[in-house]
Amino acid sequence: MGPRIGVVTFPGSLDDQDALRAIRLSGGEPVPLWHGNDSLDGVEAVILPGGFSYGDYLRCGAISRFAPVMAEVIKAAEAGMPTLGICNGFQILCEAHLLPGALIRNDVRVFVCKDQDLRVESVDTTWTSDFTAGQIINVVLKNGEGGYVADEETLQRLEGEGRVIFRYVNGNPNGSFHDIAGVCNERGNVVGLMPHPEHNVDSLTGPTQDGRPFFSSVFNFLTARV
Amino acid sequence: MISRVRLPAMARVVVDVMPKPEILDPQGKAVTGALARLGFGGMSVRQGKRFEIELEGELSEDRLDEVRRAAETLLANTVIETFHVRVEASPESSDEDDQPEQSDQDDEDEAAEEGELATRAG
Repeated sequence: MGPRIGVVTFPGSLDDQDALRAIRLSGGEPVPLWHGNDSLDGVEAVILPGGFSYGDYLRCGAISRFAPVMAEVIKAAEAGMPTLGICNGFQILCEAHLLPGALIRNDVRVFVCKDQDLRVESVDTTWTSDFTAGQIINVVLKNGEGGYVADEETLQRLEGEGRVIFRYVNGNPNGSFHDIAGVCNERGNVVGLMPHPEHNVDSLTGPTQDGRPFFSSVFNFLTARV
Repeated sequence: MISRVRLPAMARVVVDVMPKPEILDPQGKAVTGALARLGFGGMSVRQGKRFEIELEGELSEDRLDEVRRAAETLLANTVIETFHVRVEASPESSDEDDQPEQSDQDDEDEAAEEGELATRAG
């Protein structure tokens, strides 16, 4: 069995099963984690999946961020564990201050659901090393609150440090500042993005398999480390 | 006047949360547009949230600090929002208009206080 990679299920998570499946397809051992547990069950990486955890009450991710399992996720992420937040997971990582900025309602004021073109801006993270810089990929985007915002100083820092990982191309779907679709922390082990790579891993159900390199990147990182 | 029910050692603290001025407010824009279509011209709306907190025990500066910490920890995301904490006139003391005004974080909207106190106490 490959490295153990956890996926947290919160009440209202939708894409946890797809994330678990994507891990399995990439050779890893998928480990379901429950939001109410205070253990990460010995996983070597963790994914916070998409959905509407806690019904998006208060703000997207605001309540999930304080779920019991999150104390362990935060501790592990700060210690360098590869951590990926997809859509709602990205919102949770921002609320937990593991990533800077915040996600607000789309400027177009409607839920956006489309196959979205992205440019890979950085391959220096544990989740993007199998891409090539500048590569254009196409991944499912589906959210109502995907507008990435941060103050000017934070944006300059992210740009200057190469921490904008993905940018929307061929149109900005939601008003995100600097067309930002995904960012990482200083160390590059925590990545968050609004599009859903776990939906783009199988030709039967996705128009592309451009999500696969996320999972192979972390797989290679974890197996090389042993 | 509504008859006044005395709450045992309870204070109501209100936390208003608003999107920061530089942050786009799509909900406020949608409401602004709907008002204009209904003929309510010249009204530009920003939409926020209001939390009413029934605070058990004696109201003190320490308790208010706790509310401010709660607001900063959970009720507001200070990356995109400002919050404003104030004590609302409790039913038994609304005859005297002497409730201390408590504010935090927010320097702009002091003016709305009195009207709000009057409304809720009535």
